[in-house]
Amino acid sequence: MTTCGQDREMLAAYLDGEVQAEQGKTLEQHLRTCTECAAEIATMLSVRRTMKLARTRFTPSADFRRKIQSQIAPRRRTFKVFSMLPAAVAACAILLVALVWMRQNTLRAEAFREVADLHVSDLASGNPYDVVSSDRHTVKPWFQGRIPFAFNLPEFAGTEFTLLGGRLVYIDQQPAAQVVVGMGQHKISVLIAQDSGAFGSAFSLAGGAEVRNSFNVETWSDHGLRFFVIGDAEKKEIQHLAQVLRSANQ
Amino acid sequence: MDRAFFEQLAMPLFDQLYNHACWLTGDRADAEDLVQETYAKALKGFGAFAEGTNLRAWMFRILRNTFLTSRSGLAARNTEYLEDENVKVDEAVAHEVTPELLLQRSQNEQALFAALDSLPVNYRQIILLCEVEEMSYREIAEVLDVPAGTVMSRLSRARASLRAALGANIREEVR
Repeated sequence: MTTCGQDREMLAAYLDGEVQAEQGKTLEQHLRTCTECAAEIATMLSVRRTMKLARTRFTPSADFRRKIQSQIAPRRRTFKVFSMLPAAVAACAILLVALVWMRQNTLRAEAFREVADLHVSDLASGNPYDVVSSDRHTVKPWFQGRIPFAFNLPEFAGTEFTLLGGRLVYIDQQPAAQVVVGMGQHKISVLIAQDSGAFGSAFSLAGGAEVRNSFNVETWSDHGLRFFVIGDAEKKEIQHLAQVLRSANQ
Repeated sequence: MDRAFFEQLAMPLFDQLYNHACWLTGDRADAEDLVQETYAKALKGFGAFAEGTNLRAWMFRILRNTFLTSRSGLAARNTEYLEDENVKVDEAVAHEVTPELLLQRSQNEQALFAALDSLPVNYRQIILLCEVEEMSYREIAEVLDVPAGTVMSRLSRARASLRAALGANIREEVR
């Protein structure tokens, strides 16, 4: 209590903004006339003004702020990265497989086109053979020294196939052997090349029968040699010839 | 529970809570532990926190309760057990100091802080909540977990103590 009978608690509450409007008005009236209470209020205000400095007396370090921040921060960032990782890897893998497959497809298409072109050009040529013989012991030795590899021809005598001849061709800028086999009115080309480089890789994932420009094509790889059998004969016949050749070269 | 929402609401209080924790503990390392635990508890309890109610008072309350059960908080409570009975002595001392001297003294930041630091922690805190954090009596009641009517009388005793402490400071210097 002050000497004038005013409650100090009430004066403080007045400054705190915690007295009723009515009480506030009465107090303001009193303060105009009571110097003791006015001095009291002045002291209180002075304390308060200085007290505001207490608000920034201690400031946290940046390190500590980061610590708390990371403690309460949503886990979304790291969480997302880790949850996305398998999906991203899978997507990359799929993309890679697709690219390889597409490239493979392109290479294969190019190789088949080349093979088909060779076959067609041979059929259209007025001079289709470098070596004309139905004897495999004539045709095969002819290639000696002309191609950097050797292959076997089966005995066609007694089968529906007839050996017509052979010539030296180039597939993918590599020397290759083209052997033409007749079957009735059909002519079938057997192309033999080294299974290497881009040409070989074109077929690394594939083999078997294909249909190209209405030609039936059969291809396989054996002991580093790549074989193509292409012609307009029945698919069954092409496969039969392929099998005969395959067993001759095993 | 939405962590992002909690971060958005609670991080702006970080500086205030840290400053307040330093005032309570008087030690930066203890204050850091206190603030860290406060945020951890608040995050855990955030699901129960009703949106639209006073997050600041809620966080200060967690800070206070955490402090009271901490090592420094228990130590403070043990030494200040009889705090309320000392007030009358303080009040008597307070009146020995002339208002003019008190007024002059109150403008000195160091003297005021020293006086505030010398107070029992309960008094120190209620003064800080009222005059530094500028909380209403209702908010203070929420933080301290006491009836609203108690706030005014405790605040009054705390201020009398502060005045006495300031006066004691002055008398020491005059001597």
